[in-house]
Amino acid sequence: MNIRNFSIIAHIDHGKSTLADRLLERMGAISEREMREQVLDTMDLERERGITIKAQSVRLTYRSAGGGDYVLNLIDTPGHVDFSYEVSRSLAACEGAVLLVDAAQGVQAQTLANAFLAIEAGLEIIPVVNKIDLPAAEPERAASELASVLGTDPDEVIRVSAKTGGGVDELLERIVRDVPPPIYRPDQPLRALVFDSYYDPYRGVVCYVRVVDGSLNDGDTVLFTATSEKHQATEVGVLTPRAVRVPTLGTGEVGYLITGVKEIDRIRVGDTVMHAGRAAEALPGYQDPKPMVYSGLFPADGEDFERLREALEKLRLNDSSLVYEPETSRALGFGFRCGFLGLLHMEIIRERLEREYDLELVATAPSVAYRVTLTDGSVKEIRSPQDLPDSDRVDHMEEPFLKAMIIAPSEYVGTIMELVQARRGVMEHMQYLSPERVELIYHLPLAEVVFDFFDNLKSRTRGYGSLDYEPLDYRVSDLVRVDILLNGQPVDAFSTVIHRDKAYQYGKRMVERLRKLIPRQLFDVPIQAAIGSRIISRETVKATRKDVIAKCYGGDVSRKRKLLERQKEGKRRMKIVGQVEVPQEAFIAALQSDADE
Amino acid sequence: MTVAIGPPDSANLADDAGDWAAAYVHIPFCARLCPYCDFAVVAGRDGATNRYVAALRSEIAMEAEWRQLDAVYVGGGTPSRVAPEQLGAIIDDLRGRFGLNNGAEVSLEANPEDWTSRLAEGLLRAGFDRVSLGIQSFDPDVLSSLGRVHTPDQAATAVATARRVGFRSINIDLIFGTPGETDDSWRDTIHRALDLEPDHLSLYALTVERGTELSRAITAGAPAPDPDRQADAYEAAEDLCRTAGLIRYETSNWARPDHACVYNLATWAQGEYLAFGMGAHGHRDGLRRRNVRRFEAYLDQVEGGIRPEQGTEALDPWERELERLLVGLRRKAGVVPGPGGEALLRSPWGERLKMAGVLGLVGGRVVVLRPLFGDEVGRAVLALQPGER
Repeated sequence: MNIRNFSIIAHIDHGKSTLADRLLERMGAISEREMREQVLDTMDLERERGITIKAQSVRLTYRSAGGGDYVLNLIDTPGHVDFSYEVSRSLAACEGAVLLVDAAQGVQAQTLANAFLAIEAGLEIIPVVNKIDLPAAEPERAASELASVLGTDPDEVIRVSAKTGGGVDELLERIVRDVPPPIYRPDQPLRALVFDSYYDPYRGVVCYVRVVDGSLNDGDTVLFTATSEKHQATEVGVLTPRAVRVPTLGTGEVGYLITGVKEIDRIRVGDTVMHAGRAAEALPGYQDPKPMVYSGLFPADGEDFERLREALEKLRLNDSSLVYEPETSRALGFGFRCGFLGLLHMEIIRERLEREYDLELVATAPSVAYRVTLTDGSVKEIRSPQDLPDSDRVDHMEEPFLKAMIIAPSEYVGTIMELVQARRGVMEHMQYLSPERVELIYHLPLAEVVFDFFDNLKSRTRGYGSLDYEPLDYRVSDLVRVDILLNGQPVDAFSTVIHRDKAYQYGKRMVERLRKLIPRQLFDVPIQAAIGSRIISRETVKATRKDVIAKCYGGDVSRKRKLLERQKEGKRRMKIVGQVEVPQEAFIAALQSDADE
Repeated sequence: MTVAIGPPDSANLADDAGDWAAAYVHIPFCARLCPYCDFAVVAGRDGATNRYVAALRSEIAMEAEWRQLDAVYVGGGTPSRVAPEQLGAIIDDLRGRFGLNNGAEVSLEANPEDWTSRLAEGLLRAGFDRVSLGIQSFDPDVLSSLGRVHTPDQAATAVATARRVGFRSINIDLIFGTPGETDDSWRDTIHRALDLEPDHLSLYALTVERGTELSRAITAGAPAPDPDRQADAYEAAEDLCRTAGLIRYETSNWARPDHACVYNLATWAQGEYLAFGMGAHGHRDGLRRRNVRRFEAYLDQVEGGIRPEQGTEALDPWERELERLLVGLRRKAGVVPGPGGEALLRSPWGERLKMAGVLGLVGGRVVVLRPLFGDEVGRAVLALQPGER
């Protein structure tokens, strides 16, 4: 069979999904009537943000100009750096990749990151410049950048307009010509790669698989290597993009597998499916889902705790990378400590909780996982500032570092360097992609990136800077926990682990902010920032002097009572910390305004 | 027999006042509206005084029989804009219908600019024995920003006149914390008031009420009263009054022994009082009642033989208990604890107030030790749930 398995990879907004739609349309996979824009992006949020969160795949049939019939499996990939593991698994299911670049924007950070992932996976790369119809398009410049990245000739770069369909035929011919067919090994023991999965309320977990060796048949008993679980294949099929049941998925084919498993975390992306009783070596590259960023999520109204729990359970049905455990905060009540793949993932989850489940949430500052080596030699991973042991028990601490790649017009190099140095970044490498554009490679603490780094980069480069990163390693770092105390009592929601050089700045900012947010009380309220028992910053909310309306009410007792009744309602929404009444809004405002300063 | 014999802050007076019977009569007429006032008042309607007084007398006649009265309070508005004979007729009606106890307090509010010897003598003859003079300040600038038309000298003369013609008890009303008022100005006002040796002193913080000219001015950018300065003013006044021998017996009220205001004591003790006139509030047979607030509507209803009642409010026993605390804790003597007081002391809010030295149990009574936090106490009281009994 003439199979071609390929992905489209691109920087965000370079037109990946539009191109996919055009290919589907050209090959008659969907009728005009069914044509919705960007078929592969099905979640509302994906459509709104223009990014793909969950990858999907589709099987297409194509008759080439030369008259050959081909099966093209287009495997969509998530479009954001947070999901690079999922991208790598999708690429592992392919033999080729279409590397797409916006003709107006040229090579961006994720263009390079994706190109490297594809090169690592040994894929044949077909370079394409998209959006040549745009008035601002500079297809020649974009093509020459792309060619220099890949070390090919600019003439090899295809020019298309996914919007109008121009160049799409040439692209299809090139896919058939250049992407190698899968190696046909039907007699080998079955090895199939799970490159994605989703939860279907009626059928349970649906796995997307690529059969690498052997064949997968309806009714086979299969073994999931990572979990060592055996299940029966109750259905196998292909997506056209509608699900079509087939008796067998042969070597090189891409399709779906249903086993009746209901819990998404029992199926791992990157896992290898084998025949039970016919062992083979697992395919390389599997990783346990590993959250990078943690944050506490609390319902603004304590009554909503159960609703939040149910909403998280539902989201997790479709997203095994979301992890959470109950967390109790004295200030914010009952909530969950949630782990996310990255900042975008965190934002998406929060937004879905608020939008789809109608929850009002308070989120604590994002934090990363620190590694703490205790004086007794044991190593502990901490994901919440609360879990940090007392400093006299800590020998040293390490924090996660990233390798960050920034691409921007060269005029912004100075301001980027300033930003990255302020974020404790170390420059590793700098090179000019063209006279106008430069690539900078930095080693950066993840903790510095999770706070508005990207927004800052964007504003400093007027939107032209792009960023990609990958986890690098853990490095010893001089970290401290800063606590914020109200009337002597630490407010857990405001504690943070931070580099010692930045502790004072953080403490000062928080106490100043809280002084403005906390209403005056019956007594002076000291607001302090502390490292252990050492106070590094202090402000005072001066006591209220007068809280009485001393006037004559002319016997109108009801009016006074009603006035106070109304004010009392506001009081019930206050949280009490260290005998201090703090309005819920103050917590939210104190936690939110980080990015505004 | 005079009912308020003894120190104004005595616990006995505070508790006994709950059994007293009082009547409030509202006179809405004013020469002009003061920018801070949100009471039920009318300006420029002096031509309607006869009609209004006639309506008041009809309303009194409509009221069901009741106990003999211990106090009558004629407030406003500006009662001194109505002729003494007319006010006297109202007092006569009240006396005729309900009876006045021997030594009952008969009080009215008056503006210094109206307070001539002739008027004072007439009112004395009409049966009044107590006057509350709306002096507000002795600083001409403050008087002018408050929209008052009298001069400081007129104010001093008014007190002397009241004394000379034989009023038993004289109150001076002052307002503090007007934007622009300095500490010195306020101290001077207090000194001048105390020099006149009033029997009673009411000190009210200027309060911005919605819908008033003051409120609109502040929204448009005029300076607002500063609560911290008002606290300073209050504390300064407390010291000066104490030195002068005036005893604070309620958040805003000071008196010499035997001069506590009977009508006020009754209201703070959750006692009952009849109410007559537009916008007046009464409390009878456990029911709080309020009259219609619009001048024409009031007149029309009474003239049509209808009681001008706009609404009533009946509290359940727990709400009533909380109300007892709400009004009673304004008094220095505080309240006997009762189920509400006990719940308050045990509640988290109560704990917090005790910790801050605002609330305490003194001599078996729940008392507010820092009156400037009275509203915080009020909110804590209203937050109590019946289950917390």
